[in-house]
Amino acid sequence: MSILIDENSRAIVQGFTGDKGTFHAKEMIAYGTKVVGGVTPGKGGSTHLGVPVFNTVKQAVAATGATHSITFVAPAFCADAIMEAADAGLKLVCSITDGIPAQDMMRVKRYLRRYPREKRTLLVGPNCAGIISPGRAMLGIMPGHIYMRGSVGIVSRSGTLGYEAASQMKDLGIGVSTSVGIGGDPINGSSFLDHLKFFQDDPETEAVMMIGEIGGPQEAEAAEWIEKNMTKPVIGYVAGLTAPKGRKMGHAGAIISATGDSAAEKAEIMKSFGLTVAPSPSELGATVAQVLAHSDKQRRANA
Amino acid sequence: MDIHEYQAKELLSDFGVAVPRGAVAYSPDQAVYCATELGGWHWAVKAQIHSGGRGKAGGVKLCKTYHEVREAAVELLGKILVTNQTGPQGKMVQRVYIEAAEPFERELYLGFVLDRKVERVRVIASKHGGMEIEEIAKTHPEEIIQVLVEPAVGLQPFEAREIAFGLGLNIKQVSRAVTTILSSYRAFRDLDATMVEINPLVVTKDDRVLALDAKMSFDDNALFRRGQVSELRDHSQSDPREVQATEHNLNYVGLEGNIGCIVNGAGLAMATMDMIKYAGGSPANFLDVGGGASPERVAAAFKLILSDRNVKAILVNVFAGINRCDWIAQGVVKACKEIDVDVPLIVRLAGTNVEAGREIIVNSGLPIISAETLAEAAQKAVAATQSAHNSGTVGLN
Repeated sequence: MSILIDENSRAIVQGFTGDKGTFHAKEMIAYGTKVVGGVTPGKGGSTHLGVPVFNTVKQAVAATGATHSITFVAPAFCADAIMEAADAGLKLVCSITDGIPAQDMMRVKRYLRRYPREKRTLLVGPNCAGIISPGRAMLGIMPGHIYMRGSVGIVSRSGTLGYEAASQMKDLGIGVSTSVGIGGDPINGSSFLDHLKFFQDDPETEAVMMIGEIGGPQEAEAAEWIEKNMTKPVIGYVAGLTAPKGRKMGHAGAIISATGDSAAEKAEIMKSFGLTVAPSPSELGATVAQVLAHSDKQRRANA
Repeated sequence: MDIHEYQAKELLSDFGVAVPRGAVAYSPDQAVYCATELGGWHWAVKAQIHSGGRGKAGGVKLCKTYHEVREAAVELLGKILVTNQTGPQGKMVQRVYIEAAEPFERELYLGFVLDRKVERVRVIASKHGGMEIEEIAKTHPEEIIQVLVEPAVGLQPFEAREIAFGLGLNIKQVSRAVTTILSSYRAFRDLDATMVEINPLVVTKDDRVLALDAKMSFDDNALFRRGQVSELRDHSQSDPREVQATEHNLNYVGLEGNIGCIVNGAGLAMATMDMIKYAGGSPANFLDVGGGASPERVAAAFKLILSDRNVKAILVNVFAGINRCDWIAQGVVKACKEIDVDVPLIVRLAGTNVEAGREIIVNSGLPIISAETLAEAAQKAVAATQSAHNSGTVGLN
């Protein structure tokens, strides 16, 4: 089944006609994603990459029935783009943009809560690589060819470390149901926990790889939830073992500023809640393979 | 981005926070001049560096004569000050702040932080000013007042009153404290701060409320829209390599090891550093070359890494998504031809256009060590530093 997106999801691109929007929309279309249009204020009425361009998200939704969007909008305007998408009633918005001010994201999150839970837009990102359900659809900037379709979910803060995991898994013949990037910002649209819930409910996903990094409470939060609520095995890794305290390591959210923020602490917390933690970044795929083999054995033993 | 105490006081004062009278001095003569202009007979001469803990490190001197002011300035200016926050290398004192010193009756704590867990601005206040907030949390946790600001409407006067009354102030003091609290919050909001700390916030005998010290940090992502903040940047307080990196749009953090790293993506960069450690080596830096890295940016990354004399090998690890392996390869080859890369170079490419990228490396004729996996790359890099150590000479030329 996969989660979040599949071959039927109708998507629009915000910031459609810019360089990044154009390049990645082309890739997504080539991958098989149903890109039904895009938004660039002022270019409404024209056509781009064979689909209509609109001035506003509301117009795009009314004309195309789109339910998903991806934003390639500059940091100064991206919070606005996300709120516009939420107001237009989109089910899911994936924001690739790196550099949105933190207080803008605080206000975006508050804005999303304007809508009751059933109608609320799910935001993935910002500052993420996007979402891919291999063999079905891609709403992001990842290189599609490194993903094999299968039954392991991936949820990661880092884009390229997520690629590394998928690639190692593919080399071992292990495929991915859906890979989601939650992004590197301190205030994000959705957390590890949010996506683990989806994976738990997805009949096609049998295990999940969770890739964290230094900074913030989301890995620990997720680990606690996993122990109480998840029946599928979770393999974890936390990047940033050698990161010094108080320094931002690239991602705005990757900074050790409180107890529990370091990679070592998070790995311990994960282990204590029953996750299998990969011993090094070169063993992400191998650890997933081990866990799958073990759970296979258990199933056969219990049958 | 961090700023100095005197700059924080100026910004906060513009928003309505009462601060003691003060002036900046760059020389002992100026320091004395400031003291005469400020008047009175008591001054604090404070070293201006991006760090807390300056008092404990001898960076704050209380003076009663112009002579003492001059001596204090001579002692502090042009010297490195090491505090419990700067690390052993300390920071250079290029300015001192001369402040009119007056007696006060109470020291309070007031802080604002963007709490990522609850996605709100958190206001923290306590009667126990003059101590570190972590200490207060340990010794007097029940005497910390906290307010979470509702993003839809901002900090409200009733919330500021709750805090002020909670600090045990009399009605005159409450009214002034409320102004301080609301003004500080507005500065936090309107300047895109990530942290504002007034410690201590003092109360005088005649019921005035003053920020005796002030610290502010700002969201780097918001500097594009806060020109008045970004122009307060002081490069002398940062690692010069990190300053150079920002100029080239590179994300760089200097570390202590000898394997230079050039990676795309913060998570993969951290994982590469982890891998080097697991392989028995030590990373010299964190460097995220970012998405869409042009040959020019890659070359700039090389120059930056090589300016670190500790570097005995360089590891380039690129998993191309938005990037392309052929571009990265072009950048690596260009850098090697332009610069004297006199240490072993290990390159691992994967992802978009990987075959084209590998071909460019092979056809360049340069003695670049190739690796296919992350593990192989780290092992080869560590091995290269060990053989360099043994043989004494190594490199591409």
